[in-house]
Amino acid sequence: MISDPSMFSSSPTLEPGADDDQLLRISLGPQHPSTHGVFRMNVVLDGETVVSLKPVFGYLHRNHEKIAENATYLSSMPYTDRLDYICPLSNNWAYAHAVEKLAGIEVPERAEFMRVITSELTRLINHTAFMGFILGDMGAWGSALMYAFREREKILDLFEDLTGARMMANFMRFGGCRNDLPAGWAAKVGVLIDGYGPFLDEMEELLVGNEILLARTQDVGALPKEVLINGGITGPMLRAAGVNYDIRKVEPYGIYERFDFRIPLGEKGDCYDRIMIRFLEMRESLKILRQAIDQLPEGDYIHPKAKIRNFKPPVGEAYARIEGPKGELGFYLISDGTTNPYRYRVRPPSFINLTLLEDMCLGLDLADVVIILGSIDIVLGEVDR
Amino acid sequence: MSAETVIERLREVLPDAGVSLRKNPGPSGQHSLLVDAECLMDVCRFLRDTLAFDLLSNVTGVDWPDAAKADAVAVPAEGEGTASAGGFLEVLYHLYSTSRREGPLVLRARTVDRERKNQIPSVVSVYRSAEFQEREIFDLYGVEFTGHPDLRRILMWDEFEDHPMRKDYVAPDDYEYEPTPHDAVLEKAKAHYPAAP
Repeated sequence: MISDPSMFSSSPTLEPGADDDQLLRISLGPQHPSTHGVFRMNVVLDGETVVSLKPVFGYLHRNHEKIAENATYLSSMPYTDRLDYICPLSNNWAYAHAVEKLAGIEVPERAEFMRVITSELTRLINHTAFMGFILGDMGAWGSALMYAFREREKILDLFEDLTGARMMANFMRFGGCRNDLPAGWAAKVGVLIDGYGPFLDEMEELLVGNEILLARTQDVGALPKEVLINGGITGPMLRAAGVNYDIRKVEPYGIYERFDFRIPLGEKGDCYDRIMIRFLEMRESLKILRQAIDQLPEGDYIHPKAKIRNFKPPVGEAYARIEGPKGELGFYLISDGTTNPYRYRVRPPSFINLTLLEDMCLGLDLADVVIILGSIDIVLGEVDR
Repeated sequence: MSAETVIERLREVLPDAGVSLRKNPGPSGQHSLLVDAECLMDVCRFLRDTLAFDLLSNVTGVDWPDAAKADAVAVPAEGEGTASAGGFLEVLYHLYSTSRREGPLVLRARTVDRERKNQIPSVVSVYRSAEFQEREIFDLYGVEFTGHPDLRRILMWDEFEDHPMRKDYVAPDDYEYEPTPHDAVLEKAKAHYPAAP
């Protein structure tokens, strides 16, 4: 396998000059519709073939981790919304989960259910929006994205009812959630998930048999699963290659061990599998949501002794992770016993999933780069932090 | 496989490796292994190939200008040496095993000091996932990873000089973000305006 750095896909910097008259250097991004934000790639092409690809980061860097070190634990909660801004509620959960581990805080049952429901809805949003974006990357501007955003909008309306904000939710607290479910909210979620299955059927019918999609995605960007694990790839990307690794099953956090759901696995790990795996994950999310709505208990939405003001976790450190829609979202915290974290680290899935971007693209056409990047599903708020 | 078991195995196989257990005083109970920088590569190879810790999930840096603070968070066991008097930089590794579904195993490696002797061997040749994360630590903390294939700044621009995540980093004297300067900001801003005639 990868045993020494000389085996790396391409030399770190391709020296200009010497016998590369045929090579074309282009800077793809940062203002390119298919880079999903301000992301740039320095690509070297031989004809249409990619010879080297170096991602350039940092256009959206604001040193989130430093800001968090200078703020109290709770005041970083709204900032986590801005990491992966498509999925604020699962970011909230990951951070709350890490602080709860750091301080040993209990979460009431109802709050756990609320967290599962909001996070699985977030997964639906993420994967649905992904379908629209990836089709956009293939040149099918418009229709797929509009169908996807129509459904996303319905979930955002539910979030607005619940948290007051469509996207920047700031909903979780250490030991529970900020407020209880509004009257009738759970029933509305029930109506939504009843309608979601038919929508997925429709979307699959629209996309899956599509000749362009098949031609552009099959056998594109696959890597062996050992390489993916070694490269730290997690989430749907890893499972598309057939690795059965989902943190909801491997290290069940919250109350995931109570629900009956399966982990869909791909076979080849090419872009086609990555698209299909997300369809299947959405169907599993619907199953979880249905069970969670049916079993939703009465009770506290936050632990009655949860400390909001002057919260000081005991001295120690903790790393906690959840299965975010894009992969393993982890938070690492060090407490020195004061109100501010001594160290606050986000383990961003989309940043680390980019590690193998070059390896996936080498030897393929430039047009495939766009599809591969789309299939990794990145959000720059999280990549650059 | 707990940190205690791993350290026993490590002492059997690599008797010369400087590895010691650090207790976590907090409720999370995630104890860690402090590994001497020079044997970090051997330890990582053993963990990957023999103990099947195949996923290096998270790599991150910590700045400890005050070594006593580091010992309070990662408490040395009885009879183990405490940290050196001066400050140092620390790199943390969170390892998981996808086949045995275990983790995290926490490794820590420390530099000698924060200025000149800030080298730690790069584990990229063992765990590719460290590639961008080590670049990030180099960028934000100034840890020099020896043997990294492409050690450049990653989030800050190449011409940037300091390491912003260090505890003693002084942010640029930037007052203009404030539309209506007041109090402390106004005090600071005075230095930038010419005195009234």
